[in-house]
Amino acid sequence: MSHEDVLNPKHMPHDPEKATLEGKNKFLAFWFFLGGETVLFASLFGTYIALNSSTAGENTPEHLFGLELVFLMTMMLLTSSLTSVYAMYHMKNHDFRKMQTWLAITVLLGLAFLGCEIYEFLHYIHEYEFTFGSSAFASAFYTLVGFHGGHVLFGLSWIVTLMIRNQKRGLNLYNAPKFYIASLYWHFIDVVWVFIFTVVYLMGKVG
Amino acid sequence: MANSSHSKPTRQMEYEKKQHKEEMKQQVITFVLMILFTFVAFGMVIMEVNSYFVIPTLIILAIVQVAFQLYYFMHMKNKGHNMPALMMYGGAAVAGLTIITFSSIIWW
Repeated sequence: MSHEDVLNPKHMPHDPEKATLEGKNKFLAFWFFLGGETVLFASLFGTYIALNSSTAGENTPEHLFGLELVFLMTMMLLTSSLTSVYAMYHMKNHDFRKMQTWLAITVLLGLAFLGCEIYEFLHYIHEYEFTFGSSAFASAFYTLVGFHGGHVLFGLSWIVTLMIRNQKRGLNLYNAPKFYIASLYWHFIDVVWVFIFTVVYLMGKVG
Repeated sequence: MANSSHSKPTRQMEYEKKQHKEEMKQQVITFVLMILFTFVAFGMVIMEVNSYFVIPTLIILAIVQVAFQLYYFMHMKNKGHNMPALMMYGGAAVAGLTIITFSSIIWW
């Protein structure tokens, strides 16, 4: 059996993302990376929690934040997490078309989220003159939320690249781990967002 | 399993498909619960529930929601996830320490 045949079995194994040694290695290494990302975001959260009362003026969290938009963004990201679960469900059933479709829906929701975030930042800048250098709170806020937005952008580019690159290849044991890991990354983005909407927006409104 | 790489018995395939469907059902339930938690969290803040318990409750809701995300959506409840659990709990422990350190450095 040639290398190609090994990667394209007639029937997908139960866990196509972990069927090859490369897949197993990617799986472990990626979780290691996510552990590191947790610490990275913790340092940004720690900074934010320590500095969010240093507002240097009336642009306080309570004054700035509007919960309607944040609620909408939360729903978009949470739903996109479910749609990527659907994509992985179809991957395990070896249905490449459906997996691509659900990934496309995930990407659209992610783009909508990103659009809302850009609108939010622009709104703060133009309506409140609340910029990166306005106060310690402003720097900590833009760094934390912007870093998360950067992750969303990276995740979107990652998924889109995978979709385009593998469009004609179909699903096999070579790219299944790639898709699986990209979906893990997407879920992790939602994990971080749960803490952002809780710590930054909701706790900011409670005061 | 000598023939596992060529052809899997259809019964095995059917069984796996059913298993995947069962897992998907659990994940949809998880999603509904997560939406529910989000509604409760936002509802408490929008309706200005005035109590010492608001912030602890918000944090607990967030932690439960993240646990759902990790264990169901990211499959940490499945077999073969001991290392991922070690990584994530290790990460979470250092994360907690980092937050305590940063806040105490500035406010002590």
